[in-house]
Amino acid sequence: MKVDVSKPILDRNERMAAENRLLFDEHGVFVLDLLASPGAGKTSTILATIAALRDRYRIAVIEGDIASNVDAERIKAHGIPAVQINTGGACHLESDMIRRAVDTLDMAEVDLLIVENVGNLVCPTDFDLGEHVKVMILSVPEGHDKPYKYPNIFARAEAVILNKYDTMPAFDFNEDDFREAVRRLNAMAPVFPMSATLGDGVDAWVAWLAERIETQKRAGSDT
Amino acid sequence: MHEMGVVSSILTACTKTAEREGATRINEIRVKVGELSEIVDEAMYFAFDSLAPGTLAEGAKLIIDHVPARSKCVECGVSFGHGRFDITCPECGSFFCELVQGRELDIECIDVDLPEEAVAGDRVEEP
Ligand SMILES: Nc1nc2c(ncn2[C@@H]2O[C@H](COP(=O)(O)OP(=O)(O)OP(=O)(O)O)[C@@H](O)[C@H]2O)c(=O)[nH]1
Ligand SMILES: [Mg+2]
Ligand SMILES: [Zn+2]
Ligand SMILES: [Zn+2]
Repeated sequence: MKVDVSKPILDRNERMAAENRLLFDEHGVFVLDLLASPGAGKTSTILATIAALRDRYRIAVIEGDIASNVDAERIKAHGIPAVQINTGGACHLESDMIRRAVDTLDMAEVDLLIVENVGNLVCPTDFDLGEHVKVMILSVPEGHDKPYKYPNIFARAEAVILNKYDTMPAFDFNEDDFREAVRRLNAMAPVFPMSATLGDGVDAWVAWLAERIETQKRAGSDT
Repeated sequence: MHEMGVVSSILTACTKTAEREGATRINEIRVKVGELSEIVDEAMYFAFDSLAPGTLAEGAKLIIDHVPARSKCVECGVSFGHGRFDITCPECGSFFCELVQGRELDIECIDVDLPEEAVAGDRVEEP
């Protein structure tokens, strides 16, 4: 006998993501999910973003890693609340992990919550966490061909940070090729060349982010 | 890859449905996977073979229906199919296109066996 099931496979993840989003909106918290390969500069980008926006927004960070808490400690050293999630082998964060981490933060004291996803260009794209925006970072040493190899993440991200821009002279990275490939997958996404550790190019990125946060705030206060 | 997690979600949902129907076993599970989702068929079958034993779906067949990617051009409105890499309108060449299908990850239906008596009972009730 045939029985209809008709539900999303990631039903549980999607339901919890929707609940998370409600919770964030209730508290006026804007949530950014940062995706990139291991070592592309996620934590460095978060630190640069904190330095640029900490006077304007109250920021908190959720650090997702397979193991260790070094990234959360790096953030906390700057006086910013940070929660480490260890996925214990899982290749991506899921919405219930975010919820457990959020429960340890005081949402009333946060305007911007930044999530550092597990270093992976594949899995995190299928998982909604309840964030308002997914942004990806590609670092110059990874090569300009990555949009061809990992198209989904480039198609899904709403902005692309091209990090370690200062290392350009050491690599054969073709920026025109890269921009064209990104445009073909995702014409709406801006590309921000940046050197997170030096602070170069951070202004344009945080201006875009702040604009998104303000847009979200206006949408929130309309309802 | 996260196929293990995906398959365990499929099994949880399907065995729950099968139990609700009073089924004795699941013969077939049919899922819909968009061409743009990060799912590899072989990894799905492998995960299914490892996780299904001991559940109602032991020995069941996993059928994966692929949903091709389609987008709609924001500029001229044309709807078109495409691959993973080049989401460009074939009519006007615009890159501004919105995905309409291709990211599906859905359970469609299952085929189950009901206990003999229930089947017999159903037949008796038939006019
Ligand atoms: N030259 C240069 N190095 C950078 C830049 N951004 C990050 N790095 C270096 O790259 C390394 C990795 O940076 P992280 O910020 O820890 O990268 P991550 O993506 O958080 O790494 P994981 O969390 O381990 O995946 C560090 O040694 C950084 O100093 C940059 O803009 N330029
Ligand atoms: Mg890090
Ligand atoms: Zn995964
Ligand atoms: Zn068109």
